[in-house]
Amino acid sequence: MSRKKVLRAAGSALVVLVSLYLLQKLLVPKYVTDVVEGAFIAEYYQEEKDHDVIFIGDCEVYENFTPALLWEEYGINSYIRGSAQQLVWQSYYLLEDTLRYEKPDAVIFNVLAMMYNEPQKEAYNRMTLEGMRWSPSKVKAVQASMTESENFLDYVFPLLRYHARWSQLEPEDFTHMFQREKVSHNGYYMRVDVKPAENVPEGRILADYSFGQNAYDYLDRITNLCREEGIQLILVKAPSLYPYWYEEWEEQMEEYAAVNGLLYVNFLDLLEETGVDFTTDTYDGGLHMNLAGAEKITRYLGRVLRDQAGLEDRRGEEHLSRMWEEKLAAYEREKQEQYLKYGVEEAGEGGNARENSAENTG
Amino acid sequence: MLLTSYEFLGFLAVLLVLYYLVPRGFQWKLLLAASYLFYFVAGPLFPLYILVTTATTYLVSCRIEGIGRRQSVYLKENKGSLSKEEKKAYKQKNKTAQWRWMLACLLFNLGILAVVKYGNFAISNINGLVQALGGRGEFGLLGIIVPMGISFYTFQSMGYLIDVYRGVVPAERNFFRLALFVSFFPQLIQGPISRFGDLSQTLFSEHPFEGKTLCLGLQRVLWGYFKKLVVADRVVTGITTITRGGISEYEGAYVFVGMMFYALQLYADFTGGIDITIGVAQAMGIRVAENFNRPFFSKSIKEYWNRWHMTMGSWFTDYIFYPISVCKPMLKFSKFARAHFGEAVGKRMPVYLSSFAVWSATGIWHGASWNFIVWGLANWVVIMISQELEPLYARFHGRFSVQGKWGFKLFQVLRTILLMSSLRIFDCYRDVGTAFRMFGTLFTRWNWQILWDGSLLELGLSGLDYGILAAGLLMMVLVSLVQRTGSVREKIAARPYPVRFLLWYGLFLLVLLMGAYGVGYDASQFIYNQF
Amino acid sequence: MEELLEILNDLHPDVDFETCDSLIDDKILDSFDIVTIIAEVNDRFDVTISAEKITPENFNSAEALYALIQELEDED
Repeated sequence: MSRKKVLRAAGSALVVLVSLYLLQKLLVPKYVTDVVEGAFIAEYYQEEKDHDVIFIGDCEVYENFTPALLWEEYGINSYIRGSAQQLVWQSYYLLEDTLRYEKPDAVIFNVLAMMYNEPQKEAYNRMTLEGMRWSPSKVKAVQASMTESENFLDYVFPLLRYHARWSQLEPEDFTHMFQREKVSHNGYYMRVDVKPAENVPEGRILADYSFGQNAYDYLDRITNLCREEGIQLILVKAPSLYPYWYEEWEEQMEEYAAVNGLLYVNFLDLLEETGVDFTTDTYDGGLHMNLAGAEKITRYLGRVLRDQAGLEDRRGEEHLSRMWEEKLAAYEREKQEQYLKYGVEEAGEGGNARENSAENTG
Repeated sequence: MLLTSYEFLGFLAVLLVLYYLVPRGFQWKLLLAASYLFYFVAGPLFPLYILVTTATTYLVSCRIEGIGRRQSVYLKENKGSLSKEEKKAYKQKNKTAQWRWMLACLLFNLGILAVVKYGNFAISNINGLVQALGGRGEFGLLGIIVPMGISFYTFQSMGYLIDVYRGVVPAERNFFRLALFVSFFPQLIQGPISRFGDLSQTLFSEHPFEGKTLCLGLQRVLWGYFKKLVVADRVVTGITTITRGGISEYEGAYVFVGMMFYALQLYADFTGGIDITIGVAQAMGIRVAENFNRPFFSKSIKEYWNRWHMTMGSWFTDYIFYPISVCKPMLKFSKFARAHFGEAVGKRMPVYLSSFAVWSATGIWHGASWNFIVWGLANWVVIMISQELEPLYARFHGRFSVQGKWGFKLFQVLRTILLMSSLRIFDCYRDVGTAFRMFGTLFTRWNWQILWDGSLLELGLSGLDYGILAAGLLMMVLVSLVQRTGSVREKIAARPYPVRFLLWYGLFLLVLLMGAYGVGYDASQFIYNQF
Repeated sequence: MEELLEILNDLHPDVDFETCDSLIDDKILDSFDIVTIIAEVNDRFDVTISAEKITPENFNSAEALYALIQELEDED
């Protein structure tokens, strides 16, 4: 081949690669102003990894526990690796992934996801898995999560998945092509508005109340991994009224915790102790806590972590304190912004923009 | 493995690399292995079917040739001693033996095809008949999965055997070469139906790597994907809404819209698939016969059928139409008809009779159900009518000199498109009764306002979709127009590199960004897959 | 030969069959024409042109077709 041809080929390849890269950057969803929970998983990697506690699980962790309060009141440095409808195997692989960077003292897993034994929805898969950095854990997570219509290649090249988004591009797709600001507070999704819980439906009668084998297998793997690594695993059930938490499910989790010697805290049974009031402490009618509710149950959890799990107060550590100072400032800022935003309609219907995704996120 | 799956692209990429890495004498063997792998992935039992057809065809073709060889040796040795009559009788005897072998093999393979593809159709018709006659009981349906492309490879091997019998091609002595001819994977999905004499010229030869050949092939593949993914798979939503939705809702003008959509989809899907097939073969230096010659530029139905699915058409002509129309009984019938029905009519009767057979076969070939048979016969009727009207046309052209004028040609082309699309309605609705009824509503329900009052946006296609479809259609028409004076790819290849690069990379991006693929789009089977 | 040309001219009066040697390649004769020709030939020459003899080489020109007819006549 002549020199000219080689140059030509190299030049063409460069044009192709660069343009495809830019296209991909442009077309993938940014999760900045809408459906922000899609951005959570990726945000973890920007953190300094020295956490005492890691949360894993679905929206019941990232909307109900606030690491800022755990730091402020207990000196516990925590991070939530939660995502919408995070399935048990995804939690497991996220834990594996986290352990590549750090080893926390305790891992908190919210058990609602036990209700799912199979891959559920492509959209949620994307939000959980896309943000993960590539590692053997991610490969396995993708393989375990794909629904029938999905293809592994779509995860390797998200451009293939989002190729048709060019017709729905928003300004944020251009402004946030390369950089996205943080949308969570250590994985916590803040909401201050109120929508009281009314007429929460009873759970439908199910044919079979036992959790699936696949879900149990991955819960076992979480338990074993924590045991091997000397990490204390704590199971929690957030105080969400819906999806309905059946008595039969509760029994299975209690038994599992007992057999494996795990701490299990069901906040649904602790409404009095925590002081959660479903007329003021939820922003979507009982599905998730608002900030007031989250602070109440986090305060309780903090006590559990301090008294029963023996986590120490690290507020004396200078480096950590400085880091948290910034975080708390940002936390406070958003709090004020939201009060301003929702304040006017504090008693009325808040957050129409979120209504759709709130109904779906598990 | 669908042609539009990542798996197929991966398979193709690996194969192409290997193909040019292995010793050249090994290339066709690699193709054979790849073809069987491809077929195995489609269905683990499928290779067995194709193997049986290959083996029987191989044995019988060798046998037929053996008889011929012995005959010439015998005739040579006994040149002096045999009288003319003896020679003739000997030849006749051999010919009969060859004929019997061929017939047995054809019937055997046709039998397999009939059972797996048409078994259930026959059984359900028999059940229906039994019930209509007041009988009770039913025959159970067969639980056989129709092997992919069985019609294509069966017809291809039958054609080969007949060619050997006719002495058009020598019998292939190497079993594995014949096996590759029968199973060559790009053709397995939707044809074309190749002739041995044609395909064997490049299939087994050694192909050194040539950048240009590879590029031309892959470019054609890309164009195929454009037609298939951008146009065909996008318009399919509209067709489904119209034909499978609440039937009564979509009457009148909707039927027309559905017909046009279907014409677009069928064209883009089928020719796109064939582009992929031929392109893949070309990338490996193998020449596969063309299957289309800008069919929608045809000025009559008969011309259309000479330009659409050409390899199937010529197969039916050579192996069904001619044998039937020139066989002795038919020639006798021809004489009889001319004597009794008059010269003009009698002359045409045999032709009509044989083409009736051809069109019934064409209909059945397309699918094991009545709607296809009716569709085939409707084609026959239209062709016969236009044949009968020929004197009238001649008189018309004698009076008005429009023949060859631009406007008249356009009229003819549009007329053909309209006629063909109307006939395809049997294909569209999959049920003869519904098809007739819906076609009727075209004239009874006058709702043409749907074309402009926004109803078209309710069919599952957005304004954007229509825009993309229109642009895709325009591109296909333009390419066809340019094609009239030679290969478009060659023309592009003559341009400076940056132009070339931008054109092809641009087309790639169009497919990538506007293709109807992936999550949210149904993995769409090629329409011709099961044929 | 005269007789054959008569048959052909009857079919397509506008074609010069004496010189044209691409009747098939240029799609002047279609399958219907070929069958009609074979029926006529069978009628007037009393030879049967079987399907396997229907090749472009045999039908591209009147001359080639005539040669085929003669060959078949000889065989009988």
